[in-house]
Parts: sequence; C-alpha cells; structure tokens
Amino acid sequence: MAKKNSKNWLLIPIIALIYLLVFVAEKVAGTSSMLVTVLEKGAIYALIAVSLNLLNGFTGLFSLGQAGFMLVGAYTYAVLTIPMAKRAAVYQYYNGGCITFTVPFIIAIILGGLLAAAFAALIGFPVLRLKSDYLAIATLGFAEIARALVQFDGLGPITNGSNLLKTYPTYKTVMFPFCAAGICIAIILLLIHSTYGRAFKAIRDDEIAAEAMGINLFRHKELSFVISSFFAGVGGALLAMYQGTLQANAFKSSMTYEILLIVVIGGMGSVSGSVIASFLFIACSEWWLRFLDAEQFIWGIKVPLLRSGFRMVVFAVVIMLIVLFYSRGIMGDREISIDRIIKKFSKKKGATK
Amino acid sequence: MSLLTVSDLRVSYGGIEALKGISFSVEEGKIVTLIGANGAGKSTTLRTIAGLVKPASGKIEFEGKDITGHDAQKVVSGGIALVPEGRRVFDNLSVLENLRIGAYLRKDEAGIKSDIEHVYELFPRLKERHWQLAGTLSGGEQQMLAVGRAMMTRPKVMMMDEPSLGLAPLVVKDIFSIIKTLNESGMTILLIEQNANAALRCAHEGYVLETGRITMAGTCAELLNDQRVKGAYLGSASKK
Repeated sequence: MAKKNSKNWLLIPIIALIYLLVFVAEKVAGTSSMLVTVLEKGAIYALIAVSLNLLNGFTGLFSLGQAGFMLVGAYTYAVLTIPMAKRAAVYQYYNGGCITFTVPFIIAIILGGLLAAAFAALIGFPVLRLKSDYLAIATLGFAEIARALVQFDGLGPITNGSNLLKTYPTYKTVMFPFCAAGICIAIILLLIHSTYGRAFKAIRDDEIAAEAMGINLFRHKELSFVISSFFAGVGGALLAMYQGTLQANAFKSSMTYEILLIVVIGGMGSVSGSVIASFLFIACSEWWLRFLDAEQFIWGIKVPLLRSGFRMVVFAVVIMLIVLFYSRGIMGDREISIDRIIKKFSKKKGATK
Repeated sequence: MSLLTVSDLRVSYGGIEALKGISFSVEEGKIVTLIGANGAGKSTTLRTIAGLVKPASGKIEFEGKDITGHDAQKVVSGGIALVPEGRRVFDNLSVLENLRIGAYLRKDEAGIKSDIEHVYELFPRLKERHWQLAGTLSGGEQQMLAVGRAMMTRPKVMMMDEPSLGLAPLVVKDIFSIIKTLNESGMTILLIEQNANAALRCAHEGYVLETGRITMAGTCAELLNDQRVKGAYLGSASKK
C-alpha cells in the first residue's frame, strides 16, 4: 500500500547508518563505557517493549507478565549454557546440579523463547476465552509464581535456587544484542503488517465486529499472546547475557512496569515509538541523570537535594511531564515516516518565508 | 424457496428469555424487515443467526442446511454477513484496511481486489477516503463502510442491525436507497429497524416483534395499512 513518491525507503539506509554508528561508538568509547552499556540494555529493552506492544498496543490485550516470561527465557538460557567444567562451582550447594548437557548459545536463546511461549499457551488457553481483562491478573500471578518457583529449594539442582547463576557465555560486542533485537523486531513488524496483524488490530478496535467478520477471537488472541511471550523470553535470554549473572529476584513486577512505561511513553501501537522510548528510558534512568545521585559542592556549599536516589525522583517527574504533554506517547500510534518529517520541515520553511 | 428459515428460535440471557420461540423466513432476493420496540429481541435474533449468541432451542436453516449453533466464522464463510448495530467500524484502521478485514476469510486475491472496486463504485465517497482512518469518517460514511465491509465477505444474505441509528434524516434516506440498490443487484436483505415507517416502505415483507414473540406478519403494504401497526409504530394513532 506504499504511496507514490514515498521516501520511506530512506529508512533502510538510515537504520544501516545507525548500526554503523553503534559499531564505531563501541570502537571509540570502549565496550564497558556508559554509552555502550546503555545501547546494549536499550536494544534488549526495545525488543521486550515491542513484544509487549504487540499484545498491548496492537491486539488490545493487557498482560502484566512480561517479567515472568523474561525470567523463563533467561533461566532457560543460563541453565542450558553453563559449561560442564564450571557446573560444580556454580551449583556448589546442589552437587553440581542435575543437568548434564549444554547446548549452543543460539539454540539456548531460542529454547528460552519457546519455553516462555509454551507457558503463555498454557495460561492463554483458559484465560483468553473470557471476554475481559482477566489476562492481566493471570499473567501477573504467573510472573510471581514463576519467580517463587525458580527460587524454590526443591528445584535447586536445575535453577540453583536463590543463588546466582554465572559463568554462562555472554556476548563480546554490542552488535550482538543490536542484531538479535533488530531481527526479532523486524519479524514482529512483518507480522503486524500481515493479514494476521490486521486481524489483531480489528480485535483491538472492536471485538464484536471482528467476530462478526469471521475472525476467530480466541485463536488470534492466543497467537498474539504466544508470539509476544516468545520474544519476551528471547529478550530475557539476551538480558541474562547482558547482566553476566542471573538471579530470579531481579525479575520483579517492577520490571514489567518499567516495560509497560516504555510502551506507554513510546505510544501504544507504535513499534518505532517503543524503540525510541526504550533507549531514552534506559539512558535517562542509567546515565543522563546519574549526576543527580552524587553530592556536589559549589564554592564549598553543598547543593541541596542531590544525594543517592534523587535521580529517581527527577526521573519520575520527567515521566509525569511526558505523560502530561504527550498523553498518547511520543509517537501516538504512528510509525516513523520520512514523508511526514519532510512534510513538517517544508511546512516550517513555508511559514518562515 | 426461502433462503433463510428460522423456526421456533429461543434464546435466553442468564435465565431471562429474550426470544420466546420465533419463526420467520427470508425469501431469496427479497428485503425482509423485523420491526419492534426496544428490547423486543430484534438484535438478539440477528446476533443468534450470525453465530455470536447460542440459541437455547430452535432451528436456523440456510440454503436448506441446518446452521443452528455454528460459530461466527462458519456462518460468515457460509454466506451470511452482519452489519452490526452502531456501525462498529474499526476506528484505527484505514477504510481500505476495514474492507480487507471483511475479506479476512477469503483467499482469492483477485476476487478481493475486484470486490473492493465494486464497493468503491457503489460508494465513491469511500474511494476518495480510502487512506483515512475509519474513526474520522462521518456517521453516514461509517455506515457505508460497514455495509461495504459486509459486502466483502461475499454474502448471500446481508443482515442489517438498525442502519439508520443515530444518523441525520437526510443520511437515513441515503442509507435506505443504498439498501434498495443493493437489493436490486440481487442481494437478499434482512433488515432490523426501529424506524418502522422507513423500513416498511423499503422492504417487501415484514414481521412485528414484541417482547420476544412475532405478533404480526405480512407484506409491507399490508402492515403499513394495519391499524395496530399504525398505532404502535407509525405514530398515527387512530383518533376515536
């Protein structure tokens, strides 16, 4: 349905250029610099936010279980990839654990996604037949139960209980999370623009009319939920790689809310909005506002309020301002479009003349 | 031969009987209308035929086959389309995307394209606005889109639930002339209306529905001249 004279093909070289810049940035700034750290985490969160947006923004289903699915993906990845030689040390309280094989890391990432998807299918089967927001309650419950189960001592030989999982393989360059997230987001975009995507949006806009058009509500909701959870699982595996060590306690429901916040700030129903918001969110919370946490002295006088934790206060205010002035998010439900940018600029020029 | 036959249909919502055994039939090529007040069970009848509500008992036959209790997907692909009450277009999809959703169960890309053209011929306004989000259309345009969307399922029967609801009188006139045009092109139509006057003038046969029962049936000319119908639905109570 591309309009004539569309300049949107320009997005492809622009995205390529961004990837090149990321590559150069890593070489210049170094792998452990703040910039690269933010880029890594931003890319992973972008994938997870887009996966939630597929469900929330495009299908109109409200899930609060993203952290749970990430946990499943992360643990699957870590448990299956810790090298045999190091298991005895990692599982020191559980006699080296009970898993006696490892799989290549790519396969482990995909298995992480698949296991998350399988859990989603199980939850969705009873819940998605109901015509209301029970999904949010069920997924929230799932996330909490999953976190408790992973820490359960009886499962220790597999999950190492509440102890750290470590020494599993991680990536060496920022290009890995960027490429992995990029591929996954591209797949989600293709899905959204397929007939399935159109059916998802129809369900979001009006369930009854969608059903009257012959769209099978349950099947499409389940499909959207399972795919969303698959990518949340993949995102969780990437997050495990980013962190280097893994503990179930990190996957609290506050993590889900962070991602939900990113989706809302970026705009429900906008993939590019989720991606942009994710990088902004991570940069703000981890980097740009850091200076607020350090005590500072100007001419020997201590600047008031600046102390550890103040960053989060400012951050909260920034988010409130964004929600106040961009009530539909940065992008609303639109995508980045070169055409619109050109239009805007030419309008501005016309106004100044 | 009648295309759609409903016999002794009963539907309950949690213990309350909305339809208390209604029977009627729709002949091929005709416009049949069900008129009645609020809560008479008109919408329930359509929703049950469309497979959105499951009947408690009774039988729905379409082209001689029993379709009672089939789910909406089967009913739609069988050739019965519903234009739901209050239009219910997909607000955040473009006009073209709305039409494509109508063709969701179809796989014949060439046929879909020619049908979209056909809808555009019938409603040139939709063609002009094909890229516009459906939520930004006027009420009348949305109703056209809802009809066009239903046409995209290639139905043999189109069921319309209160197409004149909430529209300006001039637009209502347009809508009824569209219904006539559709019918002249061979579409069988089952029409539900509170606007009994307009519906009876447009249709061939009519049924009067009162609190879940059919109380009167006949050709529209008969019903229009019936004293009881006049008194209750046409607003010209006979003065004594």
